[in-house]
Amino acid sequence: MILERLARHDPRLYQIGALASLLLYGMAFLGFDVSPARVVLLIGAALAVQLACSRLFGFRSVEVRSALISALSLCLLLRTNSALLAAVAAFVTIASKFVLRWNGKHVFNPTNFGLVAMMLLTDRVWVSPGQWGSASFFAFSIACAGILVVRRAARSDVTLAFLGFYALLVLARSLALGEPLVIPLHRLESGALLLFSFFMISDPKTTPDSRAGRILFALLVAGGAAFVQLRLFRTNGLIWSLAALSLFVPVIDLVLRGRRYRWEAPADGALPFPKGVRHEAIPGCSAARARVPASLPPRAPVLRVLRGEGGHEAL
Amino acid sequence: MAKADTKLFNRASQVVLVRNEDRTVLTMANDFRGDPTEFAIVIPVPTFLTKEQIHVGDRALIDHLDAYSAPRLVEYFDPDPCARPMPLAAPKAAGVAAESAMLESRARSLGVTVEARYTVGEYDILILSAKESAGLETWLRGNGYRIPPGAARVLESYIKQNLRFFVAKVNLKEQARLGFSFLRPIQVAYESKKFMLPIRLGMVNADGPQELFLYALTRRGRVETTNYRTVKLPSDVEIPLFVKEKFADFYRALFSEQVRREAMSAVFLEYAWDMGWCDPCAAEPLSREELRRLGVFWLDDSNPAAGGGQEVFLSRLHMRYDGRHFPEDLVLQETADRTNFQGRYILQHAYAGTLTCEANEYREELGRRRDRDAKTLSSLTGWKIEDVRRNMGVALSPAANRKWYEKLRNR
Repeated sequence: MILERLARHDPRLYQIGALASLLLYGMAFLGFDVSPARVVLLIGAALAVQLACSRLFGFRSVEVRSALISALSLCLLLRTNSALLAAVAAFVTIASKFVLRWNGKHVFNPTNFGLVAMMLLTDRVWVSPGQWGSASFFAFSIACAGILVVRRAARSDVTLAFLGFYALLVLARSLALGEPLVIPLHRLESGALLLFSFFMISDPKTTPDSRAGRILFALLVAGGAAFVQLRLFRTNGLIWSLAALSLFVPVIDLVLRGRRYRWEAPADGALPFPKGVRHEAIPGCSAARARVPASLPPRAPVLRVLRGEGGHEAL
Repeated sequence: MAKADTKLFNRASQVVLVRNEDRTVLTMANDFRGDPTEFAIVIPVPTFLTKEQIHVGDRALIDHLDAYSAPRLVEYFDPDPCARPMPLAAPKAAGVAAESAMLESRARSLGVTVEARYTVGEYDILILSAKESAGLETWLRGNGYRIPPGAARVLESYIKQNLRFFVAKVNLKEQARLGFSFLRPIQVAYESKKFMLPIRLGMVNADGPQELFLYALTRRGRVETTNYRTVKLPSDVEIPLFVKEKFADFYRALFSEQVRREAMSAVFLEYAWDMGWCDPCAAEPLSREELRRLGVFWLDDSNPAAGGGQEVFLSRLHMRYDGRHFPEDLVLQETADRTNFQGRYILQHAYAGTLTCEANEYREELGRRRDRDAKTLSSLTGWKIEDVRRNMGVALSPAANRKWYEKLRNR
């Protein structure tokens, strides 16, 4: 199957395809408030900043795919009348990956940070959660289902847990208020919610390392989002909640330890999932880690999947 | 010239929502035309309201706002094709737009608390809070408010969210004394984090869809709904000249067709503009005094904005809704978008003078233009292309009428 082959190579390719399709669909049929020139600007700026930062911080390669994902996500979410602010947003988004790091991981999902930082810094940007409407829900679901296949269930735990918790909260509140079921269903039938769950919160680079940690994280973000929307009566609860709670990921990682995530399959391509080498090197541990594969017996494929291999970059 | 304002739509409510930070001034008008004894409204409000927070508004202000923001026709005239190039004719805006202790003990037994009772203008107003919806429904019905069956279910969720109920009836004595033959809009001012508009009560047992015009006056920029799509009405298109005589029909058909296309689940943006100006103007912008009377509280006289920005941005939202397509109340947000938008439709007149040359190219272009305009109009309004062509008269060039296969021969 094409999706699986894609996943073996790099799930981010599917992600780029899905985000680009959603963007084209939004621009062509849903009247998204983003011009082709703005798309070019955001993508260009993001790639330029990625290149500059990679050189500046002494990385040997430039992660074009990650930058492209962030740029496409900004196109889908960020709205502003000012081209300059759009370029600043792209800069803040990409630069945050290089600057805001803790223990070898970036603290915030880049797009999430870019949006929140811009909304805090200026009152001239906004996010339109209503832009998807409910008619696009079906098309959206298909794109999101694709992500599950590409990731082969790995790191889908945070997405599924988040959706589950959030749906429970929305349903419970409606039941408590005696609202008819169509109201919570209408709230859940939201493109903005799916985009967030499948492409943003699931970022393996910013979610906790352990599965227990990720599920706890999903619960906290769902609670935070409901709090912002239903108690503070502010829009974009999902985005604010994720940004605020990302600060606690290092604490969760400290308490609930797990293995670190890494993107590409190895260059030799001999094994789709060679154990031990798929995780980002933790400084000072590489020697110890190098011995791991040899000292361990081969594990069953199902275990490998559960350990979080195959993945994707979130927005 | 036909008007294209909100009076074209049946059962249309008009709401002016002024908001900055958490402060809100809400002015509500509806086109109630029946016996005033039968008029009653129940509006969920997020806070208790003192008498000073309630006013009776002026219908004329809403009419002015409507006229200012209504879709408009602009007319352009072709220059003489035989003359040397000249500056284009300036656009000309065609005017458009067109008993008391007992009552309370009874209330208490039903779990309803009459928190306050005011007479404002021609209205008797109560601020109620309730413990449970069935009690509230019984109380309202017992006190002459025509509440449709099934309202309890909607009331319940509002009660659980600690909303109060603003309830108004017409005080006939006051109405006679004041001498108004129609019902004036009611205006309430309150402070609440909730930026929303309750629409669910109005949909209980409504026979068919309803129409709502929401004029949002804000400081920063355009207002949109966050739980439904906000879609711009098609605009800036050239349409056949005959529409001038039936612009009202055109606007109504255009809106209905767009509602149909969006499967009745979108809110339409019809106008978004800085209150300081307009181009072309369907009506003059509202004066600072008018805006203040509508509730715009942040205008500062000591610093009147010099020409241009008024610090007031108007968004006109128009929706047709029913319970099936709009299950939730409207949740709104103010964006930073200050892009101007208006419903603007162009009539391009052919050159009316005597042609002093052959002008073959111009004649051909006219034919193509008429054909294009007919198709645009048909697609915008859902009117049949044949009807559009008939309305356009015989002015169609034979070339435009020919079938594609006829064009293969005898060109």
